[in-house]
Amino acid sequence: MTDTAPVPTRRANPRAPSVTLSGVSKRHGTGDAAVVALQDISLAVAPGQFVCLVGASGCGKTTLLNLVAGLDRPSVGTVDVATGTEDAEELAAGGDRPPGSAPQTGGTGTAMLFQDSALFPWLTVAANVELPLRLRGVGRAERRAVADDLLERVHLGGFGPKRPHELSGGMRQRAALARALAQDAGLLLMDEPFGALDAITRDLLHDELESLWTDRGFTALFVTHNVREAARLGDTIVLLTSRPGRVAAVYPVELPRPRRIDSPEIAGLAATVTDQLRAEVGRHGH
Amino acid sequence: MAIDRPLTTPGPNGASPAQSAVPVGPSLDRALAGLDALDDAGRSARGTLSQRLWRATWPKLIALAVILLVWQIAVWVHWKPYILQSPTIVARQLWDLLGTSYFWQACWVTAQQAVIGYALVVVIGGIVGTAVARIRVLRAGIAALITGMQTMPSVLWYPLGFMVFGQTSKAIILMMVLGAAPAVANGFISGIDHVPPGLLRVGRILGARGLALERHVVLPAAFPSVLGGLKQGWAFAWHALMAGEFLILINPLSLGGRTVNALTQGDFPTVVAMMIVIVFIGIMVDVAFTRVDTSVRRRYGLLDTSAD
Repeated sequence: MTDTAPVPTRRANPRAPSVTLSGVSKRHGTGDAAVVALQDISLAVAPGQFVCLVGASGCGKTTLLNLVAGLDRPSVGTVDVATGTEDAEELAAGGDRPPGSAPQTGGTGTAMLFQDSALFPWLTVAANVELPLRLRGVGRAERRAVADDLLERVHLGGFGPKRPHELSGGMRQRAALARALAQDAGLLLMDEPFGALDAITRDLLHDELESLWTDRGFTALFVTHNVREAARLGDTIVLLTSRPGRVAAVYPVELPRPRRIDSPEIAGLAATVTDQLRAEVGRHGH
Repeated sequence: MAIDRPLTTPGPNGASPAQSAVPVGPSLDRALAGLDALDDAGRSARGTLSQRLWRATWPKLIALAVILLVWQIAVWVHWKPYILQSPTIVARQLWDLLGTSYFWQACWVTAQQAVIGYALVVVIGGIVGTAVARIRVLRAGIAALITGMQTMPSVLWYPLGFMVFGQTSKAIILMMVLGAAPAVANGFISGIDHVPPGLLRVGRILGARGLALERHVVLPAAFPSVLGGLKQGWAFAWHALMAGEFLILINPLSLGGRTVNALTQGDFPTVVAMMIVIVFIGIMVDVAFTRVDTSVRRRYGLLDTSAD
């Protein structure tokens, strides 16, 4: 997990799950009214990799995440989320790590972050973070301790008793991040999680997310329409076309971490991706 | 299609200018803490208890004064002089009434009936409402019927109650349930219908399935509008109870029964005093519901705090 490897961004975490989409198409509706959201998407996300999906409106980003999360089924093709090898052995041996305990190497299951934090307004911030543990039957004392740790980790120590509406947008997203981490999932899906935040807050949350990902080594699939954000965070940028969504290009991002969003390398990469994105969008103009 | 070319090659030790000024560790802590402090500032207090009490009370005092004034004027101009008594006479009668065990017994009888009836209304309305909202066949079958029943005045259930249970308190309970449970059921149905699908999706992602999803996501999300249904259900149940006590004289010791007795004896001050008591109880329960509703909405973040 140290940055001494020759190419520090290309870390592999064999214990995190991998995601493989093979020839995935998704149609919404039937007959003449059918809309093809995704067409023949093939994508391989290595265990512990951070992949950013970039595309304009109508590229089926949300559909893609729903398919990976198992909330929806592809019309054609297969979506495979394979649990990391060592984890599978551990499970077979009956070994059980307490949830939320460090070091995090990625458990089973999928967590998801949304553009609005989607915290439950009837629960306090701490109770929101505890909920996934509660649903798994973790006892009260233990889940309180885990939630306290996670809130501390996202710099929200002391905000546990507050209600979600009492927090700012950036704080809510961090609380949602803590809740996702409480799921102890090996795969974190993010649907434009910072899209509604101001630039200062967004930059800080990029740092926060990168640091959490480095610590815990989960596999990350991050959807955004912000090319710079994708270059800032991703090991790989996948550019999607719109209507239907297809893979237009894949860019490996071989920049060392931690990165800065205003570095010239990121700006250069973002310019390349943006040019390609504009070309794709331009095809729909006539 | 895939373009596979690294755009920048990092130096041999992985260092680049980009690495130097990134806020990590303590500096990230400080930056986030500063931002949070800026966001958290300026949330206003709601004023002291006495200020809030006064703001809530003075409009009601003025309304009461206006009513008493109109009443007193009607007495002064001798409108229906043989029936209408002055507010002071009625007030004295009410005061005397409050000192009798007779009166408190009437309150007790009515309160018991109200609690039993309303509990049944909530349980039956809640179960029927949840089932109709979540089970498609039931919705197709009886959702329209429930809405239809809600528009029926509860007094129309009197003949049915009388035929089934005769002159008994069970007949009154039946009137309450049939008159009020549809309102509670509709509160549950519309509350559950308006749960944002996004919340259900989040609930499933977090691992809530089946009954756990209902218990941890659907019902809490629906609760603010369910509360509206419970409040409306109380109003209908109270109407039905009063109508029942007036019509079914099984227990003349109830508030309604006492009022009818006073009416047959031409005891106008007692009739008006009892009416005041009945209205007062209605207002008190309504205030209690409003308080619960406000605190729930405050917790859910549905209250405009600037207008508090």
